[in-house]
Amino acid sequence: MNRRLRWLWIPAILAYAFLYAPLVIVVVYSFNDSRLNAQWVGFTFSWYQKLFHNDKMLQAAWNSLLIGITASAVSTVLGTMAGYAMYRFRMRLLPLLVLAPIAVPEILMGVSLLIFFVLLNISLGMISIILAHIAFCIGFVAIVVRSRLAGMDESLTEAARDLGATPWKAFRLVTLPLIMPGVVAGALMAFTLSIDDFVITFFTAGVGSTTLPLQIYTMVKIAVTPEVNAISTLLMMLTLALIMVASRLAPGSLRAQ
Amino acid sequence: MSSGVKQNRLHKWLIGGPPLAYLVVFFAIPVMIMVLASFRSPGEFGGLAPLINEESGHRQLDLTGESYGRFFSDFLYTELFFKSFAYAAVTTVACLVIAYPLSMLIARSPKKHRDLLVLLVILPFWSNFLIRVYAWMIILSPQSVFVTALNQVVGWFGMEPLTLLYTPFAVIVGLVYVHLPFMVLPLYANLEKHDPALLDAAQDLGANAWRRFWRVTFPLSLPGIYAGAALVFIPALGIFAIPDILGGTEGIMIGNVIKQQFLDTRDWPFGSVLSMVLTVMAVLLAGLAAWVARRSRE
Repeated sequence: MNRRLRWLWIPAILAYAFLYAPLVIVVVYSFNDSRLNAQWVGFTFSWYQKLFHNDKMLQAAWNSLLIGITASAVSTVLGTMAGYAMYRFRMRLLPLLVLAPIAVPEILMGVSLLIFFVLLNISLGMISIILAHIAFCIGFVAIVVRSRLAGMDESLTEAARDLGATPWKAFRLVTLPLIMPGVVAGALMAFTLSIDDFVITFFTAGVGSTTLPLQIYTMVKIAVTPEVNAISTLLMMLTLALIMVASRLAPGSLRAQ
Repeated sequence: MSSGVKQNRLHKWLIGGPPLAYLVVFFAIPVMIMVLASFRSPGEFGGLAPLINEESGHRQLDLTGESYGRFFSDFLYTELFFKSFAYAAVTTVACLVIAYPLSMLIARSPKKHRDLLVLLVILPFWSNFLIRVYAWMIILSPQSVFVTALNQVVGWFGMEPLTLLYTPFAVIVGLVYVHLPFMVLPLYANLEKHDPALLDAAQDLGANAWRRFWRVTFPLSLPGIYAGAALVFIPALGIFAIPDILGGTEGIMIGNVIKQQFLDTRDWPFGSVLSMVLTVMAVLLAGLAAWVARRSRE
């Protein structure tokens, strides 16, 4: 068996290098004391210092955080309801509407929401972004919660009902604690998706509602400075921390994704 | 009994109703409006022609197939679709070539290492999408360490220095990088289930490594390949940020033109037509992939 494996290591290591080299380069250059992303000149923290005095960047980070928290909170509630309804009841339209936003090209959702908001005279800004993010996060939460419910022991809820618990009480005291890891994983997923989203945000954002990805996009399009490397490095650290929290709170949830 | 059924019904709509209503309002209705928009004319100042005539005050829903006619008569746009298809196809093949040995190695590693090796594939995928694309902008830029070294080698052979950034090549590299995990995961999930006894049997019957792969492993992995191909090809088709950042003027794809129609030219009906064609193709391809997957399972 192992003899068969040996030659596979070479392409596999190359593939891992392909996956990690770009990210390592971004991190390394974020400490490089040069405006060009070329030669290594010397170590510096100045790009990070610049970052913390860049008002636009700070505003964008704040916007992203606000949108991420609001959108993930609402979509976790709605997504959990959707996942539960899909598991418990025979729903015809809901599974389709839960999956469709994940399946269609992202750009379709972006431009159709743009038309929708403009026709309804909803000004493009924080509110429109949050409404759009909730719409695409619900499906992901619903799928995670539904798969968690599918692995649950049904007899526990039935036992609670037999012992006289109302459906709500049985849900709150038995079902919800059991599916909680799925709900937490779904919430973290929604938060990451919201913070990370570029395409849908791009079409639903207005003046003064720039998020971090939009800010990075603008910087990359106008002039690449190592400040982009610094904010990228910080964002990678944040994501890594979130993943570690998620795996601590809901072991096994990472594999499900 | 009947009150129980009624109560069940009530619960169904109390729990399922709110998310359903939300997705109807913020997904289904916007998409339907867009279908409608693709049959209307652009307004005087871009966007859509107003639904209410400003002079007479009458409602007007003048539908027209004009934008569809323009799409199908102007070869420029069909060509652009073909080009996007070609990019997505090359990306899918490149992902398969890179992902196959990797997935095979993970699937045949000792069980305790597998989760870690899979996690290592997904981990970069959790950093921001734009950062991952931007990283390639650094690597492929003319003054980068990689490109200067490459051009030195190219120079020894007496050839012109290569330009990599802002070319279709750069777009493909970006597309492959971003979509690689979508190929690895289904392939690994498939390869992991293969029974090693089959390979041993083939070996006992005298098949060499090459034959064992093409006659046993590869045919069995086809469902994984189809799933991975669908997960790479369909999203790659509609992407616009990667060609926007890495592709320059030469490497644009259909997504860039959709963006342009909505934000720059502001011809919303035509932009809607392009999005509709793209979506219909994506849905058809997804349906095809599901059909092929079901057939190969039977």
